[in-house]
Amino acid sequence: MFWQLFYTYLKIGTFTLGGGYAMLPLIQREVVDRKGWINEEEFLNMIALAQAAPGLIAVNSAIFIGWRVGGWRGVAGAVLGAVLPSFLIILAIAIVFTDWKELPAVEAAFKGIRPAVVALIAAPIFKMSKSAKLGWLTALIPITAALLIWLLHVNPVWVILATIILTLIIVDITERRRK
Amino acid sequence: MIYLQLFLSFFKIGLFGFGGGLAILSLIQMEVEQYGWMSQQEFVDIVAVSQVTPGPIGINCATYVGYTTAGFWGSVLATFAIVLPSLIIMLSICKAYFWLNKRFQGNPYFEQTLRMLRFAVIGLVASAALMLIKPTNFIDSISWIIFAVVAILTVLPTILSPLHLPAHTKKVTDIISHPILLIITAGLAGYLIYS
Repeated sequence: MFWQLFYTYLKIGTFTLGGGYAMLPLIQREVVDRKGWINEEEFLNMIALAQAAPGLIAVNSAIFIGWRVGGWRGVAGAVLGAVLPSFLIILAIAIVFTDWKELPAVEAAFKGIRPAVVALIAAPIFKMSKSAKLGWLTALIPITAALLIWLLHVNPVWVILATIILTLIIVDITERRRK
Repeated sequence: MIYLQLFLSFFKIGLFGFGGGLAILSLIQMEVEQYGWMSQQEFVDIVAVSQVTPGPIGINCATYVGYTTAGFWGSVLATFAIVLPSLIIMLSICKAYFWLNKRFQGNPYFEQTLRMLRFAVIGLVASAALMLIKPTNFIDSISWIIFAVVAILTVLPTILSPLHLPAHTKKVTDIISHPILLIITAGLAGYLIYS
C-alpha cells in the first residue's frame, strides 16, 4: 500500500501546477474514479476537513486518504509522494538560482515578473470574496485583518487566534441568549 | 541555532496556516522578514518560481528558505516542520472521524468559526499583496501596467462566469488567465523592456 499511494501522489504532485486546489480534481480522478479507494461522499467530506484544518491542503488530503486506504504506511507513502516532487524541484532551483539571478537577462525578466506576481496574489481576493459570500458588514473582518498586518505589522498568527476566540465568544453569547 | 529557528518558524506557519496556498504567504513573509532570511525581492521571486513549478507554495517556500539559510539539511528540516502540524492534526481528525462528524456537523461554534476564518483569510491574502507593493517590486510606470493587465486577466473568468458564455469563449478566457502563461509573458516583457 505504501508504494501504491506513494506512486499515485508522486504522479499528482509532479503534474499539478498551482498548488493545493489545482490538485483536488486530479486526486478525485485517481482516488475515487480510477482506484475506487474512497467514494464520492467521503471525498467531499475530505475536502471540507482538509480546508478546515490548518496546513497545506494538498498535504492534509494526502494524510486523510493515506490513512483511510492504508493506515500508517498509507500516510507515509501519500505524504512523501505529495511533497517529494516540489521539494526536489525547488532544491535544484535554489542551488542554481543564486548564480542565475545575477545574470542581466534573468534580472530583467524578473523586473517584469515581480509586479505580475503581486497581481496574481491580489486578484484571487475577488473570487475568494465571492465564494465566501462576503457582505458589506462582514467585509470589515478581512479589511481589519489586512490593515492590522499591513500597517501595524501584527503577526497573522494573532489575527487567526483573535478571529477564533472572538467568534467563539460571540456565538456563546448568542447561544446563551436563545436558551 | 538556525535549525531551531527554522523549525519553530515553519512549524508555526503550518499550525496557523488556514485556507492554504495564498493565505500562508503572509505568515511566511512575516517570519522571513523578522529573521532577515530573505529580501522582499527574493520572496517575490520565489513566489514566481512556485507558480510555475509543481507542488504546494508552502512546500516550495519552506524548501527554498531552508536551503538558502542552512543548506540541504535546512531545507529538509523546514519542509518537515511545515508538514508536521498537518500530520498531528489531520491524523487526530482521521482517528476521530466518525465521532467528529456526528458532533461537529451543524454545531454553531464550529461552523461560525470556520465561516469567520474564511473571511479573515481574505484579509491575510490582501495583506500579503499590500506588503509587496514597494518600489523594489514596482520600479516604474510599466510595472503598474503589467500589474493591471495581469490583475484584469486573472479576474476575467470570475467576472464573465454569470454571463454563461459559449464553451469556446470560456476556454479562451481560461487559457489567457492561466498564471503560468501570465508569468512567462511578464518575464518576456521584462526581458524585452529592461535589458
